[in-house]
Amino acid sequence: MNIAMFVHSAVTQGIPLLYGSTGEIITEKSGNLNLGIPGVMYVGAISGVIGAFFYENSLADKSRINSALAILIPLLCCLLGSLIMGLIYSFLTTTLRANQNVTGLALTTFGVGIGNFFGGSLIKLVKADITSVALSGTSYCFKRTLPIATKFGKVGEIFFSYSFLAYAAILIAIVAAIFLRKTRPGLNLRAVGENPATADAAGISVAKNKYLATCVGSMIAGLGGLYYVMDYADGVWSNDAFGDRGWLAIALVIFTLWRPDFSIFGSILFGGLYLVHFYLNEFIPMDLGTQSLIQMAPYVVTILVLIVTSMRKKRENQPPASLGLPYFREDR
Amino acid sequence: MERTEAIALKNITKTFGSIVANKNVSLHVFHHEILSILGENGSGKTTLMNMISGIYHPDEGEIFIDGQPASIQSPRDAYRYKIGMIHQHFKLIDVFSATENIVLGMEEGIYDLKAAEKKIRATCKKYGFEIDPTKKIYQMSVSEKQTVEIVKALYRGADILILDEPTAVLTPQEIRKLFDVMRRMRDDGKAIIIITHKLNEVLEISDRVSVLRKGEYIGTINTAEANAGILTEMMVGKKVSLNIERSEPKDLQKRLTLTNVTVLAPDGRAILRNVNFTANAGEILGIAGISGSGQKELLEAIAGLQHLKSGSILYSNPETGREENLRNKTPMQIRNLGVRLSFVPEDRLGMGLVGSMGIADNMMLRSYRKGGFFLLRRKEPRDLAKRIIEELQIVTPGPQTPVRRLSGGNVQKVLVGREISSSPTVLMAAYPVRGLDINSSYLIYNLLMKQKENGVAVIFVGEDLDVLTELCDRILVISGGVVTGIVDGRDVTKEELGLLMTKAHHREEEAQ
Repeated sequence: MNIAMFVHSAVTQGIPLLYGSTGEIITEKSGNLNLGIPGVMYVGAISGVIGAFFYENSLADKSRINSALAILIPLLCCLLGSLIMGLIYSFLTTTLRANQNVTGLALTTFGVGIGNFFGGSLIKLVKADITSVALSGTSYCFKRTLPIATKFGKVGEIFFSYSFLAYAAILIAIVAAIFLRKTRPGLNLRAVGENPATADAAGISVAKNKYLATCVGSMIAGLGGLYYVMDYADGVWSNDAFGDRGWLAIALVIFTLWRPDFSIFGSILFGGLYLVHFYLNEFIPMDLGTQSLIQMAPYVVTILVLIVTSMRKKRENQPPASLGLPYFREDR
Repeated sequence: MERTEAIALKNITKTFGSIVANKNVSLHVFHHEILSILGENGSGKTTLMNMISGIYHPDEGEIFIDGQPASIQSPRDAYRYKIGMIHQHFKLIDVFSATENIVLGMEEGIYDLKAAEKKIRATCKKYGFEIDPTKKIYQMSVSEKQTVEIVKALYRGADILILDEPTAVLTPQEIRKLFDVMRRMRDDGKAIIIITHKLNEVLEISDRVSVLRKGEYIGTINTAEANAGILTEMMVGKKVSLNIERSEPKDLQKRLTLTNVTVLAPDGRAILRNVNFTANAGEILGIAGISGSGQKELLEAIAGLQHLKSGSILYSNPETGREENLRNKTPMQIRNLGVRLSFVPEDRLGMGLVGSMGIADNMMLRSYRKGGFFLLRRKEPRDLAKRIIEELQIVTPGPQTPVRRLSGGNVQKVLVGREISSSPTVLMAAYPVRGLDINSSYLIYNLLMKQKENGVAVIFVGEDLDVLTELCDRILVISGGVVTGIVDGRDVTKEELGLLMTKAHHREEEAQ
């Protein structure tokens, strides 16, 4: 058993969650409880896969892949796909004032369905015997790491052995934390999520903030899906492989008390908890049932955090006050 | 002093669906003056002000600011025209500090909370406000929150300040402080509009008074030439007798007897300590006390919503002559005992009514168990709703309109109407006239009086000592959860009540 390897796996497992939770925190800070995040991440992943698939197949010689294009095309496709999901959610909840929970859950179902539909289509297109699409060329470009990773042994493996999307996730989380705490637009956004009527009276556009936060949040979350396929899964798409990572990302939002900077450590912890059964299995052999029980750990931890914060009742640790509520200006 | 016009409204009209909130209203406000806008509840005062502050847009009419036509499309526009409104329900964000709330939505140079704090302290010093800019709103008292709101408006350079019922939530000392600040702002050249329905405050603070009635502009007079009689007449349109006609209680019968009732708060502190009293059928028992002294818990204990640590609540049933102990029974068990208890709670839309349901459906909350085996019987509640709307003159588009869309006074009428309709033997009402205008208040007083004459034991929790001494036959004074006296409503003076209301507090302080 190798600690460095475990940390490495925990991080790669945690990065999609970090993207998802950072995106969801920004969204929730605007008062939108986007339960469609699992669907958004799913769509982000499949959009990237579709882009990469057509790029790779347009090449005569797959070994002469252009790394810049191989990264840019899936990246843009992913951002576009998740942006559309964010727009759908915003339009339904902010413009049409549909119920946020219903819309979010519908969006998750929709996103997973869309992903599996197009995933299935691609699998049909390659006419392979296996039920997956492998994009090894694209994955190779996404997985490129710093050359120094191998030079520092375990330290290198723990700190430098990740792809650019992993570092981007951490950077985005830090930027999001600073944005929310230290900037005027961040203050405005938090105000919208806490009390939209007050924000409105202060001259802040509630709809604009909700749209922006939800769309930007969705795009960030979508990147988590892309990272999962291109890096974690080595460019192999198979339907439903993404699993419950979207829900874990939402649990992580609660676990980190709506703080993207805590989310960096939280995501690695969740990643570790998600995997720990593999490593435990080496010492104490256990059956699949027990392993699945251990895999529940992140959810159990989230419930514990909910219990503790609810008991302590510290106002700063509570969700945005108007989370999940629609805003009507002329409602008396 | 030269008087320049700060703001002028010309023929403003605003409707919400079929309800006309403002009709053809014209108003002028000058710099260096305090204008009161006086009107009953639902007379359109707040709606009118919301149009000046950009929350609503007028359907018709024009607004002039400093003589120029102004188009106020949003609150941000209002700030640009130097208009600041202090809403009745504060527009503050609880988890933000005072400074964060004050700078919210402002675009001035770089984002620097420290610099803003300094500027806020300077403003506070100038007008004599006392607030800590770093304090979080949820840790503040109501008065502090209001101060933050006023500082917020001033910080944005407001020249025209609108205060919507600013005194409703303040203690007399805080009101005095607020009025001092208002005068200082007026002398600084600001135009100040204060919305209120308390006549004494209008007479004390304002230079001129404009009166609205049912959305229409009635007139403006100089405060120096006004008195309570003139203003009341302008406000209600007809002369309202300010005396409550209290009938002598007759045929008194013991109805409720509370013995040594003690109720603990979740944190273990005693909210009610050894409360003893008797409520008789055929009289109104008033409960006086500083708010939060245990009035709410007392009523809830009787209604079966509070767990009693000790003591007993005995109900003498007039039909069977038996005595039932209501201690720690659920409301359902109490009703099954044949006890006809009606409760008008303080929190009308939270505890009393369901805001998103219509009047008819709200009536069913009391009668849903009647009807067939499976289906509800809807005709009776619907008829009852229509009767209550008619008898209590409730202004509503129809019995199916969600009650939360109605104005405060009408909501209260729905609740009181429902509770009385079940012909109770005990009627408990907590602050039934809070937020109501004079006309609606008297309607409620008369309803309570009629119940008393019908032999109901009425328990009335009030805050206005004048009303308590005019309405109630006996007044129980509660302070810090302890009954400090039960006095005759006909003999007692306000000063005596005031003393009793603060009595136990002193004892507690001495004990510490």
